[in-house]
Amino acid sequence: MSVTSAAEEASEQTFKVIEQDEVVVRFAGDSGDGMQLAGTQMTNTSAIFGNEVSTMPDYPAEIRAPAGTVAGVSGFQLHFSSRPLRTPGDRLDALVAMNPAALEANIADLEKGGILIVNEDAFTKNNLKKAGLQSNPLEDDSLREYRVHRIPIEKLNGEACKDTGLTPRAAGRCKNFFALGVVYWLFDRPLEPTLRWIEEKFGTMPAVLDANTKALKAGYYFGETAEMFRSRYTIPKAKLPPGTYRKVSGNQAAAIGLITAARLAGKPLFYGTYPITPASDILHDLSRYKNYDVRTFQAEDEIAAMIAVIGAAYAGAFAATGTSGPGVALKSEGMGLAVMTELPLVVINVQRGGPSTGLPTKTEQADLNQAILGRNGEAPICVLAAASPADCFATVLEAFRIAVRYMTPVMVMSDGYLANGAEAWRIPSVDELPRFEIHHPEAGDEFQPYARNEDLARPWALPGTPGLEHRIGGLEKKDVTGEVCYEPQNHQLMCELRQAKIRKIAETIPPLEVFGEGSGELLVVGWGSTYGSITSAVESCQARGVSVSSVHLRHLEPMPPDLGDILRRFKRVLVPELNLGQLLHRIRSEYLIDAIGFHKIQGKPFMVSEIENKIQELVNGKDES
Amino acid sequence: MSPEAVETNLTPKDFTSDQEVRWCPGCGDYSILAQTKKALSELGVPREKLVFVSGIGCSSRFPYYLNSYGFHGIHGRAMAMASGIRLSDPSLSIWVITGDGDGLSIGGNHMLHTIRRNVDINILLFNNRIYGLTKGQYSPTSPLGKKTRSTPFGSIDFPLHPLSVAIGAEASFVARALDVNVKHLAYVLERAAHHRGTSFIEIYQNCLIFNDKAFEYAGGKDTKDDTTIYLEHNRPLVFGKNRDKGIRLNGTKPEIVQLDEGVKEDDLLFHDEKDPDATLAYLLSRMHYPDFPEPMGVFRAVDRPTYEDLMMDQVNSAIRSKGAGRLEDLFDDGETWTVE
Repeated sequence: MSVTSAAEEASEQTFKVIEQDEVVVRFAGDSGDGMQLAGTQMTNTSAIFGNEVSTMPDYPAEIRAPAGTVAGVSGFQLHFSSRPLRTPGDRLDALVAMNPAALEANIADLEKGGILIVNEDAFTKNNLKKAGLQSNPLEDDSLREYRVHRIPIEKLNGEACKDTGLTPRAAGRCKNFFALGVVYWLFDRPLEPTLRWIEEKFGTMPAVLDANTKALKAGYYFGETAEMFRSRYTIPKAKLPPGTYRKVSGNQAAAIGLITAARLAGKPLFYGTYPITPASDILHDLSRYKNYDVRTFQAEDEIAAMIAVIGAAYAGAFAATGTSGPGVALKSEGMGLAVMTELPLVVINVQRGGPSTGLPTKTEQADLNQAILGRNGEAPICVLAAASPADCFATVLEAFRIAVRYMTPVMVMSDGYLANGAEAWRIPSVDELPRFEIHHPEAGDEFQPYARNEDLARPWALPGTPGLEHRIGGLEKKDVTGEVCYEPQNHQLMCELRQAKIRKIAETIPPLEVFGEGSGELLVVGWGSTYGSITSAVESCQARGVSVSSVHLRHLEPMPPDLGDILRRFKRVLVPELNLGQLLHRIRSEYLIDAIGFHKIQGKPFMVSEIENKIQELVNGKDES
Repeated sequence: MSPEAVETNLTPKDFTSDQEVRWCPGCGDYSILAQTKKALSELGVPREKLVFVSGIGCSSRFPYYLNSYGFHGIHGRAMAMASGIRLSDPSLSIWVITGDGDGLSIGGNHMLHTIRRNVDINILLFNNRIYGLTKGQYSPTSPLGKKTRSTPFGSIDFPLHPLSVAIGAEASFVARALDVNVKHLAYVLERAAHHRGTSFIEIYQNCLIFNDKAFEYAGGKDTKDDTTIYLEHNRPLVFGKNRDKGIRLNGTKPEIVQLDEGVKEDDLLFHDEKDPDATLAYLLSRMHYPDFPEPMGVFRAVDRPTYEDLMMDQVNSAIRSKGAGRLEDLFDDGETWTVE
């Protein structure tokens, strides 16, 4: 929803306060300009204020790409609203551009008539050249469709900070807070949460504390007094279910989920990993929580991380690793070993653009085939996918429940969009979370390494237990006894048993929830991070009377047992994915249904409108036929 | 070694598993297996506390033949596996069995980093200077010019020396033994078992099928006294059938000297396995047959904190200062707000 149009506003002579349901704002600047921080602050403030929030950072793969260039632009998008939110928003209502490159890289996403705040001090000849611009957009009329507010942010910020004792260069670093102050005024945000943050962060550096405080306030008062804006917007509080909330990113939620699982089982958490974008923040988060008996191990490579996790699981820890597609490729042989030795562990795959190094900081869903099939031999594992940042918590928790019940590796699919995006999370009550009942055979128990229970799981016998000394490994095992065995019939039996065990997990999957009517013209099937865009698009089409429903998959291997029935109740099936049709092929081959794919592979999530248009296109196409 | 020594009343036979040993008849591995069982029986560690971990190769079948806990992993990764087990349960005594291919080629990276971290495990590297299980290709320790199935015109790969690599990786315990010198092998295994931190032992091992007699110089009755030198802490480096030759330092270079009226034992190089400076150990690791007698025994045994001790220190000190973590605090960490 866009803010009041330019034409409307131009006709207004008097200052107005306008109430809006929702707003999408993006801060864009050089990767050293502090845009992520400004965006994060506004997110926290809006969440604490009581809005729904959904965010999407977008930053370059280079830590400091050449300043002023389009390649070095870093952006942070925030969607806040008084209604339930599922996505960070398709189009921008307001854009803050700190330099010409940021303007150039982001202007196409701003709604016509949208608010554009530019730091006019940065529109120098040199910066225009670095951004590859022939003429100055502030002067060549190319921005006529937007409400442009030219603010000399650097100059005003310098003025505000001049008595703080900071050098002009150091004071210049506060300009993100000046810009934030302007936006806070424009959208009627309280200053207190950010002032509190400044005080906590810079308490020991009085000059820096003073400068940031002054910059934020100066920006805010500039908005109030400059008479540049003819209107101001308020976004009322959302009606959220009662409870205590906090903001979480997908990676934070995953880290919290890992610790929670281990604590609920009374086990140490072993997290062996190798730094890789966009998964590293899980390691950073976990390494702060050592008092929860979290043992983080930054291994020498992806392979060592995987194998150490197998060792830790063998010795009884709750063991997990996190990585992205290239890392999963290196871990594949290790995952095969975990399949053969039937040990419980969790692998988190925070997907990014591929193949190879691909687009390290961009999102994609193209590792589904790799997750389900990417090992030598018949090596089935369980694969789950999180649907939103906060859902990473529940997904990781479920992954561990399956891993220890069925003695199997479980892969959790996240992606760059979930990992770095954030939303409000209603904090669960600890008492609501069921404990893990773990059984390890003890001295004197009747024991066979590969005997199976009713779930087809083998016993989790720990080294150190007297009398249960046994050997396991990557060579094929004899059924029940676990001895090395090359017998042809035994190999087929064991392959079938391992497959049957994974299929059995389907018995624990709750019935799928169909969003909309249980049958009809069109069913949209999605998985993972596309949940928000798909659901919003379907909801919007339903409101227009289109016969469309959707179903979203968390369980990708095994698939939910009722999926086939649901698919068959619709005349057509659409599968939107951020890949070239990986779930699509699975649905077509598994259920022999002529499903239709919709593929986007641009390093970006789906916009709601893209899916809406696709649905409409299919429905119209049918109408025409 | 981690578990406290206790009276176990174990004999070497107690470590025999029910698996049929399938190494080639006459393989040096038999001797190493026998000496390991002997050393284990005298270690005072209960059988259930022992975990043998291996990768892939002839040597890596070892865990199947020992009645303890065993994990036969994948090629080259035994060190990483052992690290994970150790960090999960520091009460176990963990032994890695690897070879010159498994440990120095495909697993070279893990070898370096495990040693550098000083994870408390014992690494036994069976060096036969050949790939056996894949049927006779040259290995990273095969000499230049070695003719094998994959190098019919001679190897053009310059070999590396395992002990030099280990010392370069900051090893706290480094030793060498020979498969046929069973008494000395048992001694070295026992020393390794009692060392806290990564113990790295290179064991010269004869492959009868693909590289027979590679170490005959070191084990042959007529040659061994002149081709090897057995290291003793704080003792001069003396060797020879009549113990009449020694190693002396000439500047920074070792030289062989004849002991006589002019050269006394006090003039020789004295071995110091506890020297914090690894220079001497490295110098010894560069002495090779036929230019020098090859040192056998403990090159280096120094104290350095283990990785798992440092890791658990951080965990325990966090628990002491913040209290054992409660999930409520974890969930509420950061800014929260309440909706009525």
